[in-house]
Amino acid sequence: MDIIVCIKRVPDATEAEIEVSRDGQSIDTEDLTFGISEWDNFAVEEAISIKEEHGGSVTAISIGDEDSEDVLRRALAMGADRAVLVSDAVFEGSDAFATARILHQVVSQHQFDLVLTGAIASDTSAGQVGGMLAAMLDVPQVALATDMSIEGSKAVVQHEVEGGLERVVELELPALVTVQSGINEPRYVSIRGIRKVAGEEIPVIDAGSLGIDVSELGRAGSRVRLNELFISAEGEGAEILEGSTEEVADQLIERMRERGVL
Amino acid sequence: MPKILVVAEFVGGSLDETAQELAGAARMLAATASQDYSVSAVVLGEGLSEASAGLALWFDEVFVFDDASYAVPDAEVYGAAVAPLVEREQPRLVLIPHTNNGMDLAPWLAIRGERTMVTDCLSLEWSGESIEAVRMMYSSKVQARVTVDPSAKGFLITVRPGAYSVPDGAPGPSGSVIAESSAAGAAPRRRFVRTVTPGVEDVDITQADLLVSIGRGIEEEENLEIVEKLAVALGAEVSCSRPVADKKWLPKTRQVGTSGATVKPKMYLAIGISGSFQHLGGLKGSPFIAAINSDARAPIFEVAQVGIVGDLFDVVPVLTEKLEALNS
Amino acid sequence: MIFTLSLLKAPADAEVLGVSAPVLHTVLVVVALAVFPFIISRRLVPVRAAAPDVRFDRLGKRIQRLVVLGFGQSRQPRYKVAGTLHILIFAGFVILSLRTLTLVGEGFDAGFTLPGLGGDAGDVYATLKDYTALVVLVACGTAALRRLVFHPARYSDRHAVRSHGPEAYVILGAISLLMVSDAFYEGSEIARANDAGFDLPLSSTVSLILDGMASSSLGTIHVWAFWVHNVTLLSFLCFLPVSKHFHVITALPNVFLMNMRTGGSIKPPRHDIENLDDVEKLGVSAVEDFTWKHVLDFYSCTDCGRCTDNCPAYATGTPLSPRLVSIKSRDFIYDSFPITGKIVPADRRPAFIGDVIKEGELWACTTCGACEDACPVTIEYIDKIVDMRRHLVDEGLVPRSLQKPLADLGKSGNPYGKPKRRRGQWCKDEGGMEIVRTLDEGDEADLLFFTDSCASFDPRIQQIARAMGGLISAAGEDCGTLGRDEVDSGHEARRIGEEGLFEALRDQNLEAMGERKFSRIITTDPHAMNALRNDGYGLDKPVLHHSELLAELIENGKLKFESDADGRTYTFHDPCYLGRHNKVFDAPRKVLDAIPGIKRVEMERSRNRSFCCGGGSLYLFNEGEAESHMGENRLDMAEQVGADVVVTACPFCMINFEDAVKTTGREGKMEIIDLAELVLRFVRSEDGVEAASQGSGAD
Repeated sequence: MDIIVCIKRVPDATEAEIEVSRDGQSIDTEDLTFGISEWDNFAVEEAISIKEEHGGSVTAISIGDEDSEDVLRRALAMGADRAVLVSDAVFEGSDAFATARILHQVVSQHQFDLVLTGAIASDTSAGQVGGMLAAMLDVPQVALATDMSIEGSKAVVQHEVEGGLERVVELELPALVTVQSGINEPRYVSIRGIRKVAGEEIPVIDAGSLGIDVSELGRAGSRVRLNELFISAEGEGAEILEGSTEEVADQLIERMRERGVL
Repeated sequence: MPKILVVAEFVGGSLDETAQELAGAARMLAATASQDYSVSAVVLGEGLSEASAGLALWFDEVFVFDDASYAVPDAEVYGAAVAPLVEREQPRLVLIPHTNNGMDLAPWLAIRGERTMVTDCLSLEWSGESIEAVRMMYSSKVQARVTVDPSAKGFLITVRPGAYSVPDGAPGPSGSVIAESSAAGAAPRRRFVRTVTPGVEDVDITQADLLVSIGRGIEEEENLEIVEKLAVALGAEVSCSRPVADKKWLPKTRQVGTSGATVKPKMYLAIGISGSFQHLGGLKGSPFIAAINSDARAPIFEVAQVGIVGDLFDVVPVLTEKLEALNS
Repeated sequence: MIFTLSLLKAPADAEVLGVSAPVLHTVLVVVALAVFPFIISRRLVPVRAAAPDVRFDRLGKRIQRLVVLGFGQSRQPRYKVAGTLHILIFAGFVILSLRTLTLVGEGFDAGFTLPGLGGDAGDVYATLKDYTALVVLVACGTAALRRLVFHPARYSDRHAVRSHGPEAYVILGAISLLMVSDAFYEGSEIARANDAGFDLPLSSTVSLILDGMASSSLGTIHVWAFWVHNVTLLSFLCFLPVSKHFHVITALPNVFLMNMRTGGSIKPPRHDIENLDDVEKLGVSAVEDFTWKHVLDFYSCTDCGRCTDNCPAYATGTPLSPRLVSIKSRDFIYDSFPITGKIVPADRRPAFIGDVIKEGELWACTTCGACEDACPVTIEYIDKIVDMRRHLVDEGLVPRSLQKPLADLGKSGNPYGKPKRRRGQWCKDEGGMEIVRTLDEGDEADLLFFTDSCASFDPRIQQIARAMGGLISAAGEDCGTLGRDEVDSGHEARRIGEEGLFEALRDQNLEAMGERKFSRIITTDPHAMNALRNDGYGLDKPVLHHSELLAELIENGKLKFESDADGRTYTFHDPCYLGRHNKVFDAPRKVLDAIPGIKRVEMERSRNRSFCCGGGSLYLFNEGEAESHMGENRLDMAEQVGADVVVTACPFCMINFEDAVKTTGREGKMEIIDLAELVLRFVRSEDGVEAASQGSGAD
């Protein structure tokens, strides 16, 4: 089983207080720590577990700058066999489509039975690149996998569907699966483990090696472009609802509606 | 006349609410566009006559794929049907709800249909020939306004369920219902095997979107019932703080906190929970936090967006009643 | 006066089954002297195959410990009945050793006496021996009866798979048999002579039983009693290394080789490898990865159960039983390195970690050290558990709930994942006034306030740090923090087995400290204190716990108490890392007792016998599979002595006890307060020092 896993380096947003930069074009990263997108981490663990069971290899690919080597090394420390960094200044600002095209070029240079990636990236929460890549590679795909196994030349995947239900589907390999968090228990990577792979070579692929017109990449080449980032105003502390029990219950329901949780 | 095509989700024997939400969104976009648009819908499933008729109240055209082979929503099967339809009808904009099924189908369809894609949008509006969309980023802490330029063929956009409300206005005149069938294509490379219903004990609160969480304020085990009813009315899972798990009123797997589970819901309704550092340490992302507590100085009110200072035994039943009324 | 003229035929002169006694005896002794060393040499194989250890330093101290702990049996009396019985049996063994040698000698030569034991000395010894034998016999009988009838809880183990109980009866039976057979040996003589000659209570009693028997019968009994004794003795000797009573041989050496390192320190990954990156295989996964002393520990375990009886993890229903860690490891070693037969190669054995020692056992330990403190033969547990955890961490097998705090420690320097920039923010009170100043690079202060992560971020614990900061200012001392440059001390990371992370954190702190000048360090966290003192920080400056500093400030009058204590009853809970590991028991008590009119009681388990609150090893994040909470157990103990207020001196204790107050419904009935907060209440308010508000604590 040759498995490719696509991973992304993102800021750790869950704990941090995110601030938008003055020009509204990015977030302040000064106090942020970075790491692998949580869903991609589950994908790496899944890839390595499958390899441990069925033999084969795991190749981790990431599009980013030299800092992305951190997440690639982490994947190596977890047990991936190879890591590839795809890096070029012209890639910056690429939207999901451009990103999928870049990945498509790189992935199709490899022999693979399975491509795994996180269902969404923890920074964009978009959930596009996996499915797009599958379409470009023309392989069967399924999203939001919560359990999977390989049986012969098929991947048997359980995934989240509507109403709290899950369905099991069979995919003919080669296939692409995007994984939901909780699909497995990722192994821990110790500092020592990372140090052990510190010397491993990670080849870098730049735009020149891809067969894409660079004018179709990066911010300039993307059709989805960021206008501005903003933080919706939230007061300090709770808005305490006033009134009779009936009234506050109504108000609470209204607030829930406004947030789209009802 | 250019079209906006909405993919209506039909699950569990009925039309999902998102169909009407997107009808509203589509109609709004049609009305605010620089040219006239018609609004169409496509629905797939089995036993769709009532659903189609319902959709026809909201859309000018309803394309219906009614067959046993569509009984179970499957992205490959649905995609194989919708893609040729899209190719034929050439809608400028395809709208899909950002549900699990939507996430399975949309990206593939966007590539097949060569349309620019953006997902999980909270709002859409025209900006010339492009669309300006707002969506969340960074664990819902930041909102992004993006400009989406159409490709030659247009757009494919997924919309967050609940972002648009079901339109109030009376539906317009009935649109036409068109039966469709999909040509037998290449053998599917993805095959549905079976449906799995996760057991009640298997509930993993770490994956839940809506949580109703209870703390010591519940006082006794018998009173849990009150909160469980509320959770059902909300479609939420029940979680708790440490004292409740310690007393074994709920299994430890339901405990939120540094020593329990880490959750990242969209909404966290904290009832009778004071909000200790340890408890809040298990709450990640930036959920909408609402709190009900009799103590106005409880720390939970510092992190909640909305709060009710009151007796939960008064408030919760009333809240439940109102939600149940809404559901029916 | 020993029987210079035995009226009965001496065993050495009697034939047995047609064979000359000395010949038979020689055969017996030769066989024993062949078998015994053979068994010992086989038992030494795993010891030699194990990792190196450093155990021959500080010889003087070692000898002192051997005398007090080993020969003096100083830990035995903690369990009054069992302790007394053991001391009696042990003392008996020592005293009777001369008799034993004599009896062996008599197998070769009828009138054998040990040099120096002839004449009057011999008579005195004979009496001593007989009284001793009587005492030992009674002690064995009592022990057996007690075990059978009362069956103290710690003799069985709820997690035990194999039972070793019956062995105890075999041993007690064997010892009793030695006493009885010797008594019959002597008694038969007395019966024959109709007179003891001098005081031999046991033997005389036996002689009464034999009273009136014919001379020839007495002669037979005399000879048979002798053979029973010596055969039992030599079999017993060979039985020792195949039973749990191996400790008879290994206990004293084990005590001599005990851990001499200071405080709550942890062994380095390998004693013979300096650099962590040079260690091929980190931690323990196979028994050969233990150090040779640890293997000896396993041999020395007597299955007495005192460690487990004192273990808070066991008491709260987790899978951990320290005693079983030793017994299972020992049994596993015995199985893998059999006395006869081939050694089972490592890859053909069941997985030591996983099948024998379960991961759940390892993660349940808080490293409190109660087990080590209780063990009469000084078996170590913490180093072994940490070594096994190191292996798990290296393999990535860390419980999910610990992964995030560890990752956060690596990225943000604290287990909560809070931004680094917020670390120093506790120093300002609500009004924005700075209580403790931040030292920038190049700054200097007399005292460095090492806050560590709990006090930096947990709002409840920030109150403790502020209280202490306020007291330090009130006392006119000059103090500052490392501010944002401080990271977690790494104490828990190390004990969880993440040695690389620990080193990284330690290095960051050392760098920050190197950029500032100070003469002493103070902390409100005993874990931080332990790390700074004993985890290889190599600081040449004193590290004080806040209780020690408070004691000092009160003693030299820099802090004075303005008001009297209220009438409530106070008790001090000794934090594991302040008390048991670092032996700081008196400073906090001095502080408390200095409060005028304070009413203070001691819990039954106090000082080194304190009961862990359940905070170590990041228990706040991963509680093991406990059924109850250690904190709740501790509050029950406080209630037992009538305490209204429990005074703590550690952030984990504070958090766990305040939680426990809520979960046990003691709100309004029991208060938990930190030593600094308590002192602040009664001390003169000066320089704008505000009394610490009462914590709202945990939900």
